[in-house]
Amino acid sequence: MAKSHVAMKVNGKTVEALVEPRTLLIHFLRDELNVTGPHIGCDTSHCGACTVDLDGKSVKSCTMFAVQANGADIRTIEGMANADGTLNALQEGFREMHGLQCGFCTPGMIVRAYRLLQENRNPSEEEIRYGISGNLCRCTGYQNIVKAIQFAAAKLNGVPFQEAAE
Amino acid sequence: MNVQTPTSAERAAKLEGLGCKRKRVEDIRFVQGKGNYVDDLKLPGMLYGDLVRSPYGHARIKKIDTSKAAAVPGVVAVLTAETLKTVNLTWMPTLAGDVQMVLADGKVLYQNQEVAFVIAEDRYTAADAADLVEVEYEPLPVNVDPLKAMAPNAPVIREDIKDKTDGAHGKRKHYNHIFSWQAGDQAATDAAFQKADVTIKELIVYPRCHPCPLETCQCVASFDKIKGELTLWGTFQAPHVIRTVGSLISKIPEHKIHVIAPDIGGGFGNKVGAYSGYICAIVASIVTGRPVKWTEDRIENLSTTAFARDFHMQMEIAATRDGRVTAMRCYTIADHGAFDACANATKWPAGLFSIITGSYDFPTAHVLVDGVYTNKAPGGVAYRCSFRVTEAAYCIERAMDIMAQKLGMDPAEFRVKNLIRREQFPYTSATGWQYDSGDYHTAMAKAMEAVNYKKLREEQKARREAFRRGETRELMGVGVAFFTEIVGAGPSRACDILGIAMFDSAEIRIHPTGSGICRLGTKSQGQGHETTYAQIIATELGLPADNITVEEGNTDTAPYGLGTYGSRSTPVSGAATAMACRKIKAKAQMIAAYMLEVHDDDLEWDVDRFRVKGNPERFKTMTELAWAAYHEVPPGMEPGLEAINYYDPPNFTFPFGAYICVVDIDVDTGMTKIRRFYALDDCGTRINPMIIEGQVHGGLTEAFGIAMGQELHYDEDGNITTASFMDYFLPTAVETPHWETDWTETPSPHHPIGAKGVGESPNVGGVPCFSNALNDAFAFLGSTHIQMPHDAWRTWTAAEKLGLHG
Repeated sequence: MAKSHVAMKVNGKTVEALVEPRTLLIHFLRDELNVTGPHIGCDTSHCGACTVDLDGKSVKSCTMFAVQANGADIRTIEGMANADGTLNALQEGFREMHGLQCGFCTPGMIVRAYRLLQENRNPSEEEIRYGISGNLCRCTGYQNIVKAIQFAAAKLNGVPFQEAAE
Repeated sequence: MNVQTPTSAERAAKLEGLGCKRKRVEDIRFVQGKGNYVDDLKLPGMLYGDLVRSPYGHARIKKIDTSKAAAVPGVVAVLTAETLKTVNLTWMPTLAGDVQMVLADGKVLYQNQEVAFVIAEDRYTAADAADLVEVEYEPLPVNVDPLKAMAPNAPVIREDIKDKTDGAHGKRKHYNHIFSWQAGDQAATDAAFQKADVTIKELIVYPRCHPCPLETCQCVASFDKIKGELTLWGTFQAPHVIRTVGSLISKIPEHKIHVIAPDIGGGFGNKVGAYSGYICAIVASIVTGRPVKWTEDRIENLSTTAFARDFHMQMEIAATRDGRVTAMRCYTIADHGAFDACANATKWPAGLFSIITGSYDFPTAHVLVDGVYTNKAPGGVAYRCSFRVTEAAYCIERAMDIMAQKLGMDPAEFRVKNLIRREQFPYTSATGWQYDSGDYHTAMAKAMEAVNYKKLREEQKARREAFRRGETRELMGVGVAFFTEIVGAGPSRACDILGIAMFDSAEIRIHPTGSGICRLGTKSQGQGHETTYAQIIATELGLPADNITVEEGNTDTAPYGLGTYGSRSTPVSGAATAMACRKIKAKAQMIAAYMLEVHDDDLEWDVDRFRVKGNPERFKTMTELAWAAYHEVPPGMEPGLEAINYYDPPNFTFPFGAYICVVDIDVDTGMTKIRRFYALDDCGTRINPMIIEGQVHGGLTEAFGIAMGQELHYDEDGNITTASFMDYFLPTAVETPHWETDWTETPSPHHPIGAKGVGESPNVGGVPCFSNALNDAFAFLGSTHIQMPHDAWRTWTAAEKLGLHG
């Protein structure tokens, strides 16, 4: 199959490649670029394990072609840490609040939560639950993921995190 | 003593041992996208395999033409049953003593059954070519209803064993019959029913559902022709079992097979078995001499690997008029699909289903299970439960509600009256289990008080009256469930898999500087083993948990073990870990005695050190003793500080819990709102309360999914209609309720640290609790049992049948 030239920024680095027009972005990231943080969990765009941040939007990278990402600026879980290499507020929050177990949904979940907090600095529990409803988790029951995002929001806002009473 | 000297309590806290809410070691890599899952693996020259699957539920294969597929550029080979015959691998043994087709041999027995395996340079080419494999089918009559499987004229599912009157578990009474299995005392039970005051009988169906971890099943097989060695990376909950089975099937000597289970994206029972895809990838690697990757997609996962449940239970209870249970009997038809690939201990075709007397003091009981073949996918795994325990718990907990309703008693009050009392433990159940420990009444009382149960019932009464007056269209339901699990398989006298006793193992090496490594036969799929096993060691050996590496999943380095499922890691490998520590500690004590020039008996253990009795200033810390073990051991003693333990548990463990759920149902839409869910768990000694709570949240969410929407549904032609996330319900953060967790702590008397296991309790107790709440809402209208799953359509239909829509 004839290949198309694409160029995009992935986690701050410019990459160029020849890809088949039908190559999904998730396969391009994982198989061609070895960016294996985003995962594949379904065939129907429901699970969100493949979520990446693309030009300021959360995108399920199984639902677009690599050629559609030509010229885009993409961030994956691999590009989430602080510039000095320390965990960012969300990564820290997920660990502190036990917001993950098997870790398979975690990259997509954190990348989605990152955009959610960019759009809403101080989301309510309900806004968080709706905000991550495109990302499935089979292990945690979401409760601690909500807390992890609240922890990160508090940290980013410079206020102390207070767990809601049971 | 110097005021600067840390106290014992301070030193203990620093270890982050038992009881500590230690943050997880695994998370550091997972939150940075640095987990190492099977599909992340990329080997030089690696090929990709894709399966051709049957569109029919039952059909004869007239012809397979692979020529067009083989001609696609980039296709390396196409495997069919004919190819597999050359290596005698067309069929493989199952864990349950049956055999299963690897690739369809003459006919297909269920939709999406594996027919051919295409191997290509990349996954897109493999998928393209799979579409070009031409298969000519002749459709056959289909049966997907287990209750019709043993009808005189039912379609023959298994022609290969049609005339065999004996199966792996005794006599077969029909060509679609797999086994009959029973427990308890039939005569005594029948007699008790004869003279019972009150009896109930209900067909309780636990629908076929699927564990559905977020990562599907996958593997990479790499055969080294020069060495004759196979390396197999895969999503395996039980790597050693895969190695042994792989060796038996392939005839590759076991020491030349290296099975590696890297990080696993959830298992919940789905990743216990051996599947066609694995065998095909292995054969493909042998044939091509190159590594071959096979990954399931979601539809393949839901429709072919490892369904759970599909138990159709005719349940009866007998009781006295004043509400004391006198007998229980249950006749079950178990649908195992087209092959008996059930993941149970081999001698237990219906698993531990005879735990069905639950938490109640039944004087007598009888359980009979018939397993049957249908045109559905094979499997029968425990979806986040110990072998068939959730089916049993669901059945008894529903039946207890139905009996309470008939007696006119409150369901909680009826339970309290019949719960096994604390002084009865160790308790022998009517079906022969020895429950290790329990304090059920305390747990139940705590749960009822926490939710103010009495007030909930008062509110419900008022709302029912308001409903009758037409003031509201909402019904309130209160669900109560009190479950007892049986986990930690298992004692070798009771449990084996293909003859291998179900012990498990731990090997601990303490390095000279006081750090160490622990390797185990289990395999975490999200349970946090790297964190919690180290906590056991920290407390046992007085070394900081941070100093201990925990390694699982490599059959070359780990001691032999049966893997992680059935909540067995803590009860079995957790025990092995403690016992290995105790061997190390005994040696350390001898070294300490030598160094301190006292007798062994003159020493006592204090958190992280041995000290001289009556002279606490004279001591040797474990770190010092580790160094000494490589430096100045007593004359005649072997240097080094390591131990291995294979732990054969004396009994199962019996975690329990009391759950209460409140729902509000709109009778006009069938929509159910979960107002409240309270879960009290008793898993014995608590290793890491943070992880326990996380496990309970996750298990409850799975229970919510099962009770409220999950079903693998087949139409009458054998088409599976719920094989993707479009129509198989997985709860999102929006539907998932808020969980309230609580606990009591009744240690297991026979486990070295008293732990019982917890991962599966919330699934076992949660499903009946949701279902009881839903059923309770309609009970005052005369409804006894509404089948799961309780989605809006079924609930609306139930309301319609009760005449609630005018």
